[in-house]
Amino acid sequence: MDVTLTVNGAQHDLRLDDPRVSLLDALRQHLDLNGTKKGCDHGQCGACTVIVNGRRINSCLSLAVMHDGDEITTIEGIGTPDDLAPMQRAFIRHDGFQCGYCTPGQIVSATAMLEELRQGWPSQLSDDLKNPELTDEEIRERMSGNICRCSCYPNIVDAIRETAEGAA
Amino acid sequence: MSDPITVSLFHRMNFRDEENLLDRTVQGVISTPMDRPEGPLKVSGTATYADEDHPPGTVYGWLVRATITKGWVVGLNSRALRRMPGVLAVIRDERMIRNPAQGGDAKSPYQGPAEVFYKGQPIALVVAETFEQARDAATAAQAEYLDRSHKAVIVPAEAEYETPRGEQSSQGDLDRAMQEAAFSVDVEYTTPSMSHASMEPHAAVAWWQDGRLTVRGSYQMLNTNAQELADALGVSPKKVRILSQYVGGGFGSKLGISHEAVGAAIAAQKLGRPVAVALHRRQVFETTHRRSESRQRVRLACDAEGRMTAVGHEVWVSNLPGESFSEPVTQSTPFTWAGENRLIGHHIGRLNLNGAGSMRAPGEAIGVPVTEAAMDELAEAAGIDPVEFRLRNIPEVDPSSGKPFSNNRLAECIRRGAEKFGWADRPKQPGSRREGEWLIGMGMSAIIRVNMMGPSTARVTLNPDGTALVETDMTDIGTGSYSILTQIAAEMLGLPPEKVTTMLGDSDLPPSIGSGGSRGAASSGTSVMLAAKALRKKIAERMDCDPDDLTLKDGTAIAGNRQRSLSDLLAGDTLEGTGTIKPGLAEMHHRQASWGAEFCEVAVSSVTGEVHVRRLSGVFAAGRILNAKTARSQCLGGMIFGIGQALHEKVETDARDGNFVNRDLAEYHVPANLDVPHIDIELLMDDRDAYANPMRAKGIGELATCGTAAAIVSAIANATGHRFRHFPVTLDKVLEKLG
Repeated sequence: MDVTLTVNGAQHDLRLDDPRVSLLDALRQHLDLNGTKKGCDHGQCGACTVIVNGRRINSCLSLAVMHDGDEITTIEGIGTPDDLAPMQRAFIRHDGFQCGYCTPGQIVSATAMLEELRQGWPSQLSDDLKNPELTDEEIRERMSGNICRCSCYPNIVDAIRETAEGAA
Repeated sequence: MSDPITVSLFHRMNFRDEENLLDRTVQGVISTPMDRPEGPLKVSGTATYADEDHPPGTVYGWLVRATITKGWVVGLNSRALRRMPGVLAVIRDERMIRNPAQGGDAKSPYQGPAEVFYKGQPIALVVAETFEQARDAATAAQAEYLDRSHKAVIVPAEAEYETPRGEQSSQGDLDRAMQEAAFSVDVEYTTPSMSHASMEPHAAVAWWQDGRLTVRGSYQMLNTNAQELADALGVSPKKVRILSQYVGGGFGSKLGISHEAVGAAIAAQKLGRPVAVALHRRQVFETTHRRSESRQRVRLACDAEGRMTAVGHEVWVSNLPGESFSEPVTQSTPFTWAGENRLIGHHIGRLNLNGAGSMRAPGEAIGVPVTEAAMDELAEAAGIDPVEFRLRNIPEVDPSSGKPFSNNRLAECIRRGAEKFGWADRPKQPGSRREGEWLIGMGMSAIIRVNMMGPSTARVTLNPDGTALVETDMTDIGTGSYSILTQIAAEMLGLPPEKVTTMLGDSDLPPSIGSGGSRGAASSGTSVMLAAKALRKKIAERMDCDPDDLTLKDGTAIAGNRQRSLSDLLAGDTLEGTGTIKPGLAEMHHRQASWGAEFCEVAVSSVTGEVHVRRLSGVFAAGRILNAKTARSQCLGGMIFGIGQALHEKVETDARDGNFVNRDLAEYHVPANLDVPHIDIELLMDDRDAYANPMRAKGIGELATCGTAAAIVSAIANATGHRFRHFPVTLDKVLEKLG
């Protein structure tokens, strides 16, 4: 099976001999992009969050063969150690991580989440369904798909709020 | 380049530290909220965890697990599995282990996969060319058993309990004190079995080269882990190297080697290829350690003035047959509160469930929430505010042994915390404050965790260019080891932290105690301090001054009115300092603990029974704080662990066969972002404990979780007027009481 994935702007022509390869394993094992983490392989923890065609998804719940022609952004596409994105710098400043394993997923998720908000997507907590505001409660609700067992949640909220305010 | 000039310093902590060196150095790096040096790697996904960066030719293993609860494996359809696509080997090897090693074991856990002790126990390993092929083949495994599951003991109530003589103690006459007391409580609490649920599942990649094994895995204590793995494999520890530069969370679940390391090593040996074995999340829940459930009877009594006269704490916990670990639930009970009449009881039952092991603050994490919730009950019975009640009962010395405290900041933490939180606004009558459907209440808890140290060695190399390298096999499991060890070396050597590189997580480096029991920072930190102190002496020689008169700052050595740059002073030489710290008499003759107090406001829905933690705040004293940022984050993590413990987390076991029912992150509920409010944390930055170690620092990683759940359940009692003595306090339990 031939699959073409555009990952972080670079086109990859993958020959998969197994349809069971998840998008997550394709990234980690076939493309050597280990920044996307496997926490549960079950769609329950968010460590594997990537952005596919502009939307955040759990890459462990999706097969690679379903993504022929898709545009995928992983943590490696958000910023590198020498050229970090504002969200990544904010996570460092606010200590929005400890062990660091859920962190790529948190940052990719937060990046996509802010874009969802800019596009006016409401959440179940939004008072105004047309123009939801970025309150701390909204951030908490929208980031609850990304588990952090070290439990840096308050720092994660601080980092995201600061990034959003800096970009506003 | 010439050989380095080596110096070393050994220190046994027998006496009070008189030098207080870190308060006299001037670099100004220690204790600051410095960003983590490894931060850029972690936020960009370039830090390498266990199951990553596979060597060329790596193949994949998947564990086959028992479908019975007790008995023997007498056959496996190995031949059929070997014919499946890509399968390279089906491994049943007597060296495979029943359960992970306990922290610090330094020898193999129980071996022999043929005998089954619990449902889901690994019994074989299937290895295939690809991950998908290995998983598929393992799923097709069919074992034949001699099934003795009907003899398995699953439910604690049916277990036979052992009462180890060394773990019982008493002073005075508890029964009599209870009878004569003006006020008393005699209550039974239960805490459930819990799971660490670290975000990175256990994984190991193993390869052999020239008769030596390298394993990149996710482990906390590399020195003893290498010994455990070597013992399991029957090779010399020198033949084993373990790499764990980045560990995706541990919380005790990675203190000892586990199934994946032994399986991958055996498979790699047999196949002559690198083998990766990563546990699936379900396997993590079912085969690695759990925290034992506990039943706890607490008896407390006081006189008419609210002065305590009795403290009794008896506990029943469990583990697999033959396991030595038994959660030390009563660990801080002997010394926290006053009272002449005391009793400690400890009982361990044997169950056919996955092994019980250390989980974040083993002992106090489940003991303190129960004794503190009972303290709240006694305060209420005596009609005294819980803050005031506690302040009346802080002992002058350890009441069980008569030993002095190394220091005790509990009263200050409680007073400061109460003031910051606005405790005076607590509803005086339980169940009296309401906002629509929400019942509002406040609760508090004292926070206590014993302080410990372990033997640790580190090497600090000062390079001719004035940069330094710190090396030890210490791990950073998110705790901040990279940060604090960099800061300690920078502070001691007078270097900006960016001139210091810290290398950790390689068992070939000098051995540390590793990460566990909140000992890591104090132990490995002191070893780095001592190594740097040895270097300071050498630098002082070259400055022709007494080490006490030496000032090091920003790469410059200063003595009197003379100053020289370090690179100038080194004149092309490399200085290599080795520091070793060992625990000694100081921990015998003084009672050492870290202290804190936490305050909580909850809102309880009278409609759904849902409990919202609205506010949570804590004040902590743990000696010198080495990094204010990472220490605060450790406290955050501990407090949020406490939210999970109070409200969400419970391992649900099928009473018929021991099946782990909620074996994933959708069903085992750890706190998510929306469960957590803003949390206020204050660290007493002036605290120093001269009996702990020469840094005067104590453990903080586990401290904050030791009591959080008591603050929460006491707040629920204040909100609703009902006591909940069985953790976690889920909606069904609340609704049942609220009617």
